[in-house]
Amino acid sequence: MKINLKVNGKDHTSDVEPMMSLAAYLREVLLLTGTHVGCDTSSCGACTIKMDGKAVKSCTILAVQADGCDITTIEGLSQNGEMHPLQASFKENHGLQCGFCTPGMIMTAENLLSENPNPTEEEIRHGLEGNFCRCTGYHNIVKSIQHAAESN
Amino acid sequence: MIPAKFEYIKASSVSEALGLLDKHGDEAQLLSGGHSLIPTMKLRLNQPKVVVDIGKIPGLNSISEDGSNVVIGANCTHHQIATSSVVQGGVNVLAQTAKEIGDIQVRNKGTIGGSLAHADPAADYPAVILASGAKIEVEGSGGKRTIDATDFFLGIFETALESNEMITAVHVPKSSGGVYLKFSQPASRFAVVGCAAIKNDSGVSVGLTGVAGCAYRASAVESAYNGDAKAAAAHAVDGVEVMGDNFASSKYRAHLAKVFTERALNALG
Repeated sequence: MKINLKVNGKDHTSDVEPMMSLAAYLREVLLLTGTHVGCDTSSCGACTIKMDGKAVKSCTILAVQADGCDITTIEGLSQNGEMHPLQASFKENHGLQCGFCTPGMIMTAENLLSENPNPTEEEIRHGLEGNFCRCTGYHNIVKSIQHAAESN
Repeated sequence: MIPAKFEYIKASSVSEALGLLDKHGDEAQLLSGGHSLIPTMKLRLNQPKVVVDIGKIPGLNSISEDGSNVVIGANCTHHQIATSSVVQGGVNVLAQTAKEIGDIQVRNKGTIGGSLAHADPAADYPAVILASGAKIEVEGSGGKRTIDATDFFLGIFETALESNEMITAVHVPKSSGGVYLKFSQPASRFAVVGCAAIKNDSGVSVGLTGVAGCAYRASAVESAYNGDAKAAAAHAVDGVEVMGDNFASSKYRAHLAKVFTERALNALG
């Protein structure tokens, strides 16, 4: 089935099977492997991307549902070779250990800060309830988001 | 995990979607946000031959006021409902409940129509929909009808919807000061037990979810309530077959139902 969508500012036209998830499409067709697939059942949040401005779990969206949509993945956050403030803050504050959950954490944090630019620690922790870190590195993830919010 | 093969059709109007349901019968399933349907398809618990995407049908994602009701389109996301000033002003307990569902990402995609049609016994909305005396507006090729919330939920994943009907909107009577309290399953945040209580002219109305095969109106609590929350809450599971599973035995769930009903009644003030 033919789909047209915009990913990180670039238009794409592809022919996909209806059963293909958006996460699989991004990774396997567009080779944007920054979007990770963990649980594959919308629990862990590793596959979080932005779809029409909102953070969503791309493992639980069909690629055909993204027809006509504007998608941003972790690869689309940096501008002109400069890291996004959240990426820089995660680096600075040791917000990643193995790094598997990091793209999803950052995409969710981006959604959180876009709606609430000055969240409390509690609001950040609640905001991350759909993202799991198997390294249990939540402390520095929260710190990274706090610092990114403060530096903005 | 990949779903079994299916045909995908994007419907551009309600009448087109209903025509497809008529044509394909039980082999078709409606897709809106997809956050209930797609996981079950991936796990092969559900293998529709045809998936009809109603997610982009114009007019199904608006929230408006109609006299004493707030009217919520079936495709409204939980995030839309949680942040809508119309919902917050008219029936704030529903906005607060929407905020409790899943997580940011799920709330950005999951819809009220999808959640109600799926009728998960542990879903949050049904408790509030029941307590508020909402009506579910559905449409089939034969026309429109409305179903009272109390007649809508029939059992585990079972509703009064016919297989050729779809939910188009939910009409929720305005109220103030309602509360929804739940004991969350710690990983999924689904309700092990959830209780909605809303004040009305004759006293209180109470909806319970997570306790039985489907959410129900706790009428025994309502008629027993005369200001004593604990005494009324003792009737929370009267006549109800209480579920037990690996998260909570039926005995523990019954206990939780009473505790959360008491807390909800007390929180009404």
